[in-house]
Amino acid sequence: MTRYEPVIGLEVHVELQTASKIFCHSSTAFGGDPNNHVCPVCLGLPGTLPVLNRNVVEAAIMVGLSLNCSVARFCKFDRKHYFYPDLPKNYQISQYDLPIAYDGYLDVEDEDGQPVRIGITRVHMEEDAGKLLHQGTIATTPYSLVDYNRTGVPLLEIVSEPDMRSPQEARAYLDKLKTIIQYTGVSDCRMEEGSLRCDANVSVRVRGSDTFGTKTEIKNMNSFRALQKAVQYEIERQIECLETGERIVQETRTWDETRGVTLSMRSKEEAHDYRYFPEPDLVPIVISPLWIEEITQQLPELPDARCCRYMDAYKLPAYDAGVLTSSKELGNYFEECVSLYPQPKTVSNWLMGELLRLLNDTNSEIGEARVRPAQLAGMLALIDKGTISGKLAKEVFEEMFRTGKDAQAVVKEKGLEQISDEASINAVIEQVIADHPGPVSDYRAGKERALGFMVGQVMKLTRGKANPGLVNRLLKDRLG
Amino acid sequence: MLSREVVDHVALLARLELSEEEKERYASQLADILEYAERLQELDTEDVIPTAHVLPLQNVFRHDTVGQHLPSEETLANAPDREDNCFKVPRII
Amino acid sequence: MEICELTAHKLHNLLTSKEIRAEEVCLAVFKRINQVEDKVKAYLSLVREEALEKARAVDRKIDRGEAISPLAGIPVALKDNLCTKGLKTTCASKILYNFVPPYNATVVDKLRQEDAVITGKTNMDEFAMGSSTENSAFQKTCNPWSLDCVPGGSSGGSAAAVAAGEAICALGSDTGGSIRQPAAFCGVVGMKPTYGTVSRYGLVAFASSLDQIGPFARDVTDCALMLNAISGHDSMDSTSVPTELPDYRNALVEDIDGFRIGVPAEYFAAGLDDRVRRVIEEAITVLEQRGARVEETTLPHTEYALSTYYIIAPAEASSNLARYDGVRYGYRVEEAEDVVDMFSRTRSRGFGAEVKRRVMLGTYALSAGYYDAYYLKALKVRTLIRRDFERAFEKFDFLISPTTPSTAFRFGEKVDDPLTMYLSDVFTLAVNLAGLPGVSIPAGFVDGMPVGLQLIGKPFSESTLLRAAYTFEQSTAHHLKRPPLTGEVK
Repeated sequence: MTRYEPVIGLEVHVELQTASKIFCHSSTAFGGDPNNHVCPVCLGLPGTLPVLNRNVVEAAIMVGLSLNCSVARFCKFDRKHYFYPDLPKNYQISQYDLPIAYDGYLDVEDEDGQPVRIGITRVHMEEDAGKLLHQGTIATTPYSLVDYNRTGVPLLEIVSEPDMRSPQEARAYLDKLKTIIQYTGVSDCRMEEGSLRCDANVSVRVRGSDTFGTKTEIKNMNSFRALQKAVQYEIERQIECLETGERIVQETRTWDETRGVTLSMRSKEEAHDYRYFPEPDLVPIVISPLWIEEITQQLPELPDARCCRYMDAYKLPAYDAGVLTSSKELGNYFEECVSLYPQPKTVSNWLMGELLRLLNDTNSEIGEARVRPAQLAGMLALIDKGTISGKLAKEVFEEMFRTGKDAQAVVKEKGLEQISDEASINAVIEQVIADHPGPVSDYRAGKERALGFMVGQVMKLTRGKANPGLVNRLLKDRLG
Repeated sequence: MLSREVVDHVALLARLELSEEEKERYASQLADILEYAERLQELDTEDVIPTAHVLPLQNVFRHDTVGQHLPSEETLANAPDREDNCFKVPRII
Repeated sequence: MEICELTAHKLHNLLTSKEIRAEEVCLAVFKRINQVEDKVKAYLSLVREEALEKARAVDRKIDRGEAISPLAGIPVALKDNLCTKGLKTTCASKILYNFVPPYNATVVDKLRQEDAVITGKTNMDEFAMGSSTENSAFQKTCNPWSLDCVPGGSSGGSAAAVAAGEAICALGSDTGGSIRQPAAFCGVVGMKPTYGTVSRYGLVAFASSLDQIGPFARDVTDCALMLNAISGHDSMDSTSVPTELPDYRNALVEDIDGFRIGVPAEYFAAGLDDRVRRVIEEAITVLEQRGARVEETTLPHTEYALSTYYIIAPAEASSNLARYDGVRYGYRVEEAEDVVDMFSRTRSRGFGAEVKRRVMLGTYALSAGYYDAYYLKALKVRTLIRRDFERAFEKFDFLISPTTPSTAFRFGEKVDDPLTMYLSDVFTLAVNLAGLPGVSIPAGFVDGMPVGLQLIGKPFSESTLLRAAYTFEQSTAHHLKRPPLTGEVK
């Protein structure tokens, strides 16, 4: 690995969350029966024509701006031709030489925590294809079924420069891209559900070289982990080729998740010739500076800016700020908590420690958490008031997370309220003294350590609920 | 005459399975038409902007609203082959 | 004159004055169809019962004293590339032999809203590719003026139906002359409106940047009525103009005094039949007598129009016709090994020779390495051709020319020689490349065969064209002649 340097570029497809498809009024909603969200236009019936959904253009401009791109003043659609049964017109309406946004970048950290800037070549709009259903695999199925519900769902294709130098960096880039797009609200970017898809172009070269090696395109990576593993594998495979003097073939390879290898896809019988030409059924798009300004105004605070603000306004460490802003919803959750319980570091500790751990354990997302920010703030207030101890609070929080109940209710139900009543504690102290004459006399003989044992016994008998400070003082008074 | 390789390549791109006789005929007819079209090369079009659209229209958009879907019976009514509300096709590879 | 030979505006007057019933009109047209369709073969499908039902509904409206629209109860034929809900739309192609659209073309909905009576779907060159209607996969349509001649194309069925009294008016589509050329051959009025005037939604695309739907009629007044009915903005077509269009009836004024008319010299060059030339020269004299100033002008890039057209139209066609693959509708071969095999054999057997030829040509012109030399070059020359017209229109209100270099030719005369066939569109296709309006009107006869006079206008100057055409028509009687429906039937 040290002699060689990997060169990685990513092509990412993001499905936009518009209500209707890019060129017709059919719904983009998933689920339901096959072919139930189609109309003559997205079915590509003879005679039908596309009409562009304005929200798709605005979403594309917004994403372009959030990725520091230049937004085209003039752009157009083109037809990209290839025959495939999931493509109703046997061409895809896409953008070829004039994409809506270009020349952007985003910043990530490399393995050593050093900032790296990854260039973004272009962002363009296009229509999605349908879905093929096979019995078993595409290679063994006797026939296939076509469902066109997904055809015409709006996509953004985001193409990076070949600026990444390790699988970790590629993953960091995709992670950051996902976060930024989620912040803009135009897509939910769920890789498992296919609303975020990623192909990688991978090559290796001798370190220090300024030319690129032969690249391969890796497809079928269905998770962030798969991306990292597949790219890692492909780098190693290519290095081995170079070492053994084997030629690297420029080709498309598919990631086989179960075997953990990339495989050459059966070479197509024809070279790709997409025969792009300007889509005559759609007119050009002219984007005025005023329109760009309007969308800039609507652009939400993006993760990098928010992270800086957290460090600045909340005095959070960079690590905390980074984690809390890594998802828009987590940041929102944090800010709501802090508005109710203005101790940012305490809130941060609870979110990063307890909440994220529980979310991870239950494999759920922040939006699904039953415990809401106001409830966490309420619990933190109970700790401050001395109603519950910090130690018991974790138990209370878990119960809140599980049931969605308020802290007060959980404390009451489970009888976890701290005992700060002197008479009740004194009664327990009397029993402990009676039961443990040995330690009592040890303490009186000057063995300070025996007091700790006695406190422990009181806590044990009160099942941890006694206020430990009070127990300490009362014991000393009683024995002293 | 267009070469046999070019005719085969174009037929494959266009998904047309041509007979030998058709290949011969199209090779010569296309060559005639293309030769006729060669006269376009006489013109200096260096600084000419291509006309993709004759109308000066721009920014034609629709609102992002959901409309009527086709009932599945109508969607599939013309299908040469179907199964379970889907269009059925022979094996892909 | 028989009922089926009258004009729509005359029939409208008879309907509103209750001298005739819509049902009678419809029956008269279907009677004529019964009598002559064997010879003419204009229709691919007929909808007699639906037509009669619609006609009776119009009669009920009249009986109730309701106002009816100008086309109410008028039998209208539709070219078979206009989608009709529940009614087979084949484009005269085997590949769509059984296609029943689940929706109506916008123009079909508009005609229905006007209470027009749709008679059926007319024959055409397959996917509108051709100039003689000989490229239909199903039948050959004959020219009512001489049954051994072609009706022109690609909208030959619509033109022949109107000429033969098998419909009062009809719709066609015009990509390079497919309305004007058959109108000229069949002695009727045919108009291609400015690109963007009529919605293309539901017109099965041939070459999207050139296609436009337009009317066939027996006279200019009917043409204006049809254009009124079908034009206007449509949110389903991004290339439909959003501006308010005029009421074209207001253009029916008999006055062209002081109009400046250009005669492009290139349209009178070699290749033009001398007898046709003489008819057009007489027509020019008529226009001059009505006070127009006629002068020669020039469209220097005319000689490049055919090449430009035969790159752009096939390129767009190769793309538009990619969708016919046997998956969702239409013809599919039996027992395919896999999808590629199914696609290739379906398309090879489903498409006819001319369609395959143009798909091959267009695919070639768009393919890697040739795009710049052919397609891009053609788009640039298209700009030069547009500029020629723009320059001419600085000086002239409109231009005139013969619609076609000759009158209708005989069957089989040009079918084996694509280039010669393409040359029959040489006067019409530049109009499509420039997106302009053009109308062909009856201008006289050569050996009993009709000659068309073409009027070419600035974008959206249909009113000017109709006014000039109307004035010419009122000064002549060519439009009043009806075809003999004789000749040697092949």
